[in-house]
Amino acid sequence: MSTAVVDPMRSVVYEVQRIRKETSDTFTLELHSTNGSNDFPFAAGQFNMLYVFGVGEIPISISGDPSKHRSLIHTTRAVGLVTGAMRQLKRGDSIGVRGPFGSHWPVEHATGYDVVIVAGGLGLAPVRPALYHILHHREKYGNVVLLYGSRTPNDILFRREVEKWRARLDVDVHVTVDRAIHPWRGNVGVVTRMIPKAPFDPLNTVAFICGPEIMMRFTVLELQKRGVTTDKIFISMERNMKCAVGFCGHCQWGPNFVCKDGPVFDYASVKHFFEKREI
Amino acid sequence: MSIIESILRDHPFFAELEHDDIELIAEHSTNVRFEPDTYIFRQGEPANQFYLITYGKVAIEAFSPERGPLTVLTVAEGEVLGWSWLFEPYIWHFDARTVDMTRAIAINGEKLRAQCEQNHELGYQLMRRGVHVVEQRLQAAMIQLLDLYSVQGAV
Repeated sequence: MSTAVVDPMRSVVYEVQRIRKETSDTFTLELHSTNGSNDFPFAAGQFNMLYVFGVGEIPISISGDPSKHRSLIHTTRAVGLVTGAMRQLKRGDSIGVRGPFGSHWPVEHATGYDVVIVAGGLGLAPVRPALYHILHHREKYGNVVLLYGSRTPNDILFRREVEKWRARLDVDVHVTVDRAIHPWRGNVGVVTRMIPKAPFDPLNTVAFICGPEIMMRFTVLELQKRGVTTDKIFISMERNMKCAVGFCGHCQWGPNFVCKDGPVFDYASVKHFFEKREI
Repeated sequence: MSIIESILRDHPFFAELEHDDIELIAEHSTNVRFEPDTYIFRQGEPANQFYLITYGKVAIEAFSPERGPLTVLTVAEGEVLGWSWLFEPYIWHFDARTVDMTRAIAINGEKLRAQCEQNHELGYQLMRRGVHVVEQRLQAAMIQLLDLYSVQGAV
């Protein structure tokens, strides 16, 4: 399901309110509307096309709280020309925004179920809105489990917030890193190793997965080993999205356009394509 | 049935093992407890035991002269620590340091090896379980090697 966009190809000018450094190479942009509307409804899992004027436009997932429409929050990593320029933006600078686009995490359909969120690296950003929603409506869900894998302790995204979630009594948060030196006292190992012991009922669980595709593939396998069925597993895909409305075909994935039919897919319906290496 | 025997019976590593085999393994097992930051074993030492962690967390480390101890994996409650007791030359290849206070069932691998020489069915069952642990760790290590969350492997 997509939120309606008035003119999907036309950017609206927003103003940078704040840029927060998250880790050495990731940052969060907080944007405010320049026309005073300050209302940008979106669903957890959707993305926007952000246009750095004179440089280029790229898709970035919305990482903020869907119940708060006053500002737009995006978190990304400075890896290329556009994200590099984005990191250099200052408070008050302008940026173009098109969106929101794409499908979303099925948080409504997950009510009554245990929810397991498995995120790897920067993949925590696109699922954070789903977690916000679930925590705002905590009574509607069973066990809520966040399993997060990061490269090193210094690469843990939203670290303070992860620690806050961990301190809550109604969410199970488990973090692991791929490599560590002293004084890290947490888990070391891949995120999939935490699945066998995670506290959820496999027959009544909905899983949201976001991260590199290899990580998602192994996560799906581990969830299936526990007994979670493929129709209850949702993944967020990433492809080279350009137009964001299914015109250009850059992000075609089998019969789907990731921008329009995704980025969130139920695993059962895309399983066939997910396992094909040519696509 | 002793407490250790009942812990062994409930542990996935020994699932579906014959009653007599569990009883025999229990005879070679002791309950152990380690304070935080204690080395359970060090690289190069003889690997004559293995452990079922019942509480706490253990870091498997490799020591680098330039960077100090590097943690490659943590093993926690419900998991098995150590497989070098199963394979020649029966020497630990890494250090195992407790991160938190840790409790475990320590099993005498040397004695079990001798039993396995006499009882090949038990040997097969233990080898099968040991290889399963090795397979899982190897798979995890391979994913770690891919460095999926680096810029190159970035989502």
